[in-house]
Amino acid sequence: MVGKQSVKFDKGIYIEATATVVSEKEKEGPLGKLFDVVVEDPMAGQENWEKAESRLQEIAVDKLFMKSSYKKEDVRYIFAGDLLGQLIATSFGLKRYEIPIFGLYGACSTFAEGLSLAAITVSSGAADNVIALASSHFASAEKQFRFPLEYGNQRPQSSTWTVTGCGAAMVTKNKTPVRISGITTGKIVDYGVKDSMNMGACMAPAAADLIETNLKDFGVDVNYYDKIITGDLGSVGRTILIDLLAEKGIRIQNNFMDCGIEIYDSESQDTKAGGSGCGCSAVTFGSYIMNQLTTGKWNRILFIPTGALLSTVSYNEGESVPGVAHGVVIERS
Amino acid sequence: MEFVKAFIVGGIICALVQILMEKTKLMPGRIMVLLVSSGVVLGAIGLYQPLVDFAGAGASVPLLGFGNVLWKGIKESVDQYGLIGIFRGGFNSCAVGVSAALVFSYIASLIFKPRMKKK
Amino acid sequence: MANEAKRNKQYNDYVEKVTPKNNCPLNCAKAFITGGAICTVGQIISAILKNTGMEKDEVALWVTVSLVFASIVLTGFNIYPLITTWGGAGSLVPITGFANSVAAPAIEYRTEGEVFGKGCKIFTIAGPVILYGIVVSWAAGLIYFILTRI
Repeated sequence: MVGKQSVKFDKGIYIEATATVVSEKEKEGPLGKLFDVVVEDPMAGQENWEKAESRLQEIAVDKLFMKSSYKKEDVRYIFAGDLLGQLIATSFGLKRYEIPIFGLYGACSTFAEGLSLAAITVSSGAADNVIALASSHFASAEKQFRFPLEYGNQRPQSSTWTVTGCGAAMVTKNKTPVRISGITTGKIVDYGVKDSMNMGACMAPAAADLIETNLKDFGVDVNYYDKIITGDLGSVGRTILIDLLAEKGIRIQNNFMDCGIEIYDSESQDTKAGGSGCGCSAVTFGSYIMNQLTTGKWNRILFIPTGALLSTVSYNEGESVPGVAHGVVIERS
Repeated sequence: MEFVKAFIVGGIICALVQILMEKTKLMPGRIMVLLVSSGVVLGAIGLYQPLVDFAGAGASVPLLGFGNVLWKGIKESVDQYGLIGIFRGGFNSCAVGVSAALVFSYIASLIFKPRMKKK
Repeated sequence: MANEAKRNKQYNDYVEKVTPKNNCPLNCAKAFITGGAICTVGQIISAILKNTGMEKDEVALWVTVSLVFASIVLTGFNIYPLITTWGGAGSLVPITGFANSVAAPAIEYRTEGEVFGKGCKIFTIAGPVILYGIVVSWAAGLIYFILTRI
């Protein structure tokens, strides 16, 4: 335990392998070549979008077992979540593995929630090997939160495009080149933004709060990290985050990155402010970020997936959209 | 000439609604409700029918025209049947549009499958 | 509490300032062209039907049916949403936009069954339009009745 909201792991918690699955649009993006599996059919051979998302989870877990030296029997827990009501993509995607599971909802911050809990579980000795996983699907999210896909509408410049994809990571106690050295768990931060088409603005205060707390808890400054990486703030959220932190004297622009901005080419792919969804940070982490760490381009990062906490009910009832952000410190061991 | 009038009037109505959408961030559902309701009011105070006479489809095809038709139906049935007319004119006048939308949509749901958006 | 409300207000004002806006004149021009074109198609259908000697009221109804049909076919082939992405209000405001809002959930929710899928969800966007159309015209009719008969 360090500071107010953080945990430092002295005993090694390692990330042994990651697996990423995406669809066509993500393949066409700047990170396209780095993903493990590309499922070209958006329906993934299933008959509805919810099953398609479950299928992405299955493919990701199968791939993870191929890349990892551990087998199904070696895994004690899965921490997993998605964006759908009652986590149906996760329930139906992971049931055949018969691994004890904790279902998580942290909106688009779910992957960090999973990594954090996996790290705590392994460090406590409750498990040797744990999987953290998160998925999202453009169509199932759009259907649940917005409109049927066949309905025409114009998306504002601040809107984001939900990533179709699933990322999974094997967290273990046995030494590998990359380890989780700490976590900072975020609280719910609400600055009263009601525009669900501007989620970057809803989540940026939570990310700012998390970064400030993390630096304070660990007693370090921004340069302690080679990169500070948010999940899906997008271009609007990025501007806001940099301003919010600048007010507090924290300058992050030189080593800042946002998965939502990296995953698509917003000009040519018309994704407006960028990518979003639990899958966004999960697949970017499992591909690009892990590559940078294993190849030694980066030594230490602060990974902060961000979530916008809303439902269609809370939105219709006039509630604001609070944000949450969870930080995971990952470094070369 | 009638085509030019339809194009310009229809285009202007849509452009004005676009401004409304950009300024208020209203969702499409609310915009459609607003248009139909406004159409009823504009029809009732006698402003819309002259526009339809002038621009034809340019004024009748936008949802404002749909509201105007609802008003016309109500008025005729009140004239003909008295008070009970307020309960029958509305559905009577929008019957064709709504039935066509429902029936064709149902058929479409048998033929077409959900598809991914590209943009 | 008061401080929080003030902070939220300041933040929202600031967000408003840094969030990029759509190019309004350009989008209005696109809406003008798209909406104008759809209305012109309606006018052309109307002219053709009038030539067959059909009565004026019936012509208007057939124009509606034709446009609704065309819109739903385009929705089925996933073309109508692309038109709206470009044309915005231009394809939302005409009756074709209403038809799109009926057909879209019918197709999307077919996976959830005939009754609770298509049956309920077909009205998710169009239902309010029908409800308020009927209620407002009912109220207008009531006022008209009072003014003319009493």
